Amino acid sequence: MDTKRTTFNNRLLPYLLLAPQLAITLVFFIWPAAQAVKSSFEREDPFGFSTVFVGFTHYQRLLADPNYLDSLWRTAVFAVSVTVLAMVLGLAFAAAVDRLARSAKFYTTLLVWPYAVAPVVAGVLWWFLFNTSTGLLPYFLERFGIRWDHDLNGTHAMILIIIAAAWKQISYNFLFFLAGLQSVPQSLIEAAAIDGSGPVKRFFTISLPLLSPTTFFLFIINVNYTMFDTFPIVDATTGGGPAQATTTLVYKVYQDGYVGLNLGSSSAQSVLLMLIVMLLTFVQFRFVERRVQY
Amino acid sequence: MAGIHIAEVSKVYAGGVKAVNSVSIDITDGEFIVLVGPSGCGKSTLLRMVAGLETISGGQVKIADRVVNNVEPADRDIAMVFQNYALYPHMTVYNNLAYGLKNRGTPKAEIDARVTEAARMLEITQYLDRKPRALSGGQRQRVAMGRAIVRKPAAFLFDEPLSNLDAKLRVSMRGEIKRLQRRLGTTSIYVTHDQLEAMTLADRLVVLNGGRIEQIGAPLEVYHAPASTFVASFIGSPAMNLVKGELHGDKLAIGPAMVGLNGFAPTSGTVTVGVRAEDIRIARADEEALPFRLEYAEELGAQRLIHGTVGDQQITAAVSPEIELAPDMQIAFDASRLHFFSVDTGKRLPGNLPAEAKLAPIEPVV
Repeated sequence: MDTKRTTFNNRLLPYLLLAPQLAITLVFFIWPAAQAVKSSFEREDPFGFSTVFVGFTHYQRLLADPNYLDSLWRTAVFAVSVTVLAMVLGLAFAAAVDRLARSAKFYTTLLVWPYAVAPVVAGVLWWFLFNTSTGLLPYFLERFGIRWDHDLNGTHAMILIIIAAAWKQISYNFLFFLAGLQSVPQSLIEAAAIDGSGPVKRFFTISLPLLSPTTFFLFIINVNYTMFDTFPIVDATTGGGPAQATTTLVYKVYQDGYVGLNLGSSSAQSVLLMLIVMLLTFVQFRFVERRVQY
Repeated sequence: MAGIHIAEVSKVYAGGVKAVNSVSIDITDGEFIVLVGPSGCGKSTLLRMVAGLETISGGQVKIADRVVNNVEPADRDIAMVFQNYALYPHMTVYNNLAYGLKNRGTPKAEIDARVTEAARMLEITQYLDRKPRALSGGQRQRVAMGRAIVRKPAAFLFDEPLSNLDAKLRVSMRGEIKRLQRRLGTTSIYVTHDQLEAMTLADRLVVLNGGRIEQIGAPLEVYHAPASTFVASFIGSPAMNLVKGELHGDKLAIGPAMVGLNGFAPTSGTVTVGVRAEDIRIARADEEALPFRLEYAEELGAQRLIHGTVGDQQITAAVSPEIELAPDMQIAFDASRLHFFSVDTGKRLPGNLPAEAKLAPIEPVV
């Protein structure tokens, strides 16, 4: 890399320039995270008067708790479904828009809109669309003999949050895929066309392999998104129900901590969640990146 | 193997810009045609229309006696070498070469045989397992050539394939392309803006300007009898001197000087006179001469280019380095070496073909 190296004459200046960002990271990220780690080893009485060190008790209980393990499994289903759905649709839309010459800008604008919608609003929107008594979709589904009821049917509830969460993320994936597709050199596509490869084959043998860095990046971002950022969607639509069918790990952290006031266990869960995401990211970088063509 | 017939082909872009204007070229089987011209003259557009990468707005392109106007690039039986090579970066060299054959369902054994053969011919056998990014510019260029030749197409199309290489490599690759084309005998169209490349490679040159053909001819024909002032100034380095002259009977006046033409005057009145730098010499004491005021000299080693003025007109002459330079010199040329062009149209005036142009075209040496 030939990035320019800047040399500072004043030894204090570089630290001073970094200070604001470091302060923010420290106060809003490192400190709370450290607090969570600390309180995951403690038990506090409901009024906050006394705190006892309890070691790994919270972790032991969690890993033996069928509710927690269920939630872990549901989160896996949710994360995989949302990631696959959002990435496949984002790529499909990007491929479609990439073929347009004049109207590409118009469609891009439309397709990016959902990203500007607040997660809670997105959740409520889909909740309305799927509303058992007044929603549009249950009305149509009924014609196919499907009685939609996400208030009682756990699978329906899961499908609802998967759709709502994926819908919001498609825009993001779409933008990155579109930028990726547009940076594939035109001459490569032309060379492939002369080499006897049709549009579909070109997409799968030339464009898609060249998109692998984008795909890899989006995969990590999407998994992190489903693990953490989907809380408002769950909260606004199903509230984790019915019967905890949509209680993902991040929602359970909130429920146990803020609703159930079990701060110790909640902290332990958030630490575990953090470890899971770190592990996933590590695995992705370690094993998936090898197959990536930069 | 096949000829290519381009008949009155035009390209009009949305907005009415005519990139190519009614161009006709007949290319015989095995011929090496070079399209040459400045940027924006339509040479690449023309090539891309032959390849099928641009739609043809008017006229007809025939490859092997088949009209291909509405045929997909893949089905035109052509192979193209791109300026940036357009190698598939995620495939090994082997797969880059094999891709086109695989797409056409060629049996695996034959793919293997053809790739091996092409790799051997281009001396890239030891790189077959590498990705393009691990290759040097010259090696990538060879792979791009290899991708074209494994397909055994009816024609090769080259779109400025050497312009991304350094000067030295360009000269050696130029030779290789020529040798390879001779050996395979495949009809080729080669686009370049480099007149030297055009001169050295072509069986016939097509000089394009503003979407129109200025001249078609063998390199020496074009060099010795340029059809217009544009061709005269574009082909050859240094560019041909073009000065304003006045014909009075058999005498030519340039600036303050007047020289006799020994019967070579094609017309009378004002003309544009062209003379190549190497056709100018230092005048002997006893001949009619033009007063030359030296401005500066460029050393080329074997030659020395002297730049200066005759009257108010710029002249460049190529002289032997032994000749002593002086601020004021006397120059002369043979009247038979002069080219006369119309002042209005820039076209060559009839009846003054210099002796060399009557030479028979040189047979290509393999």
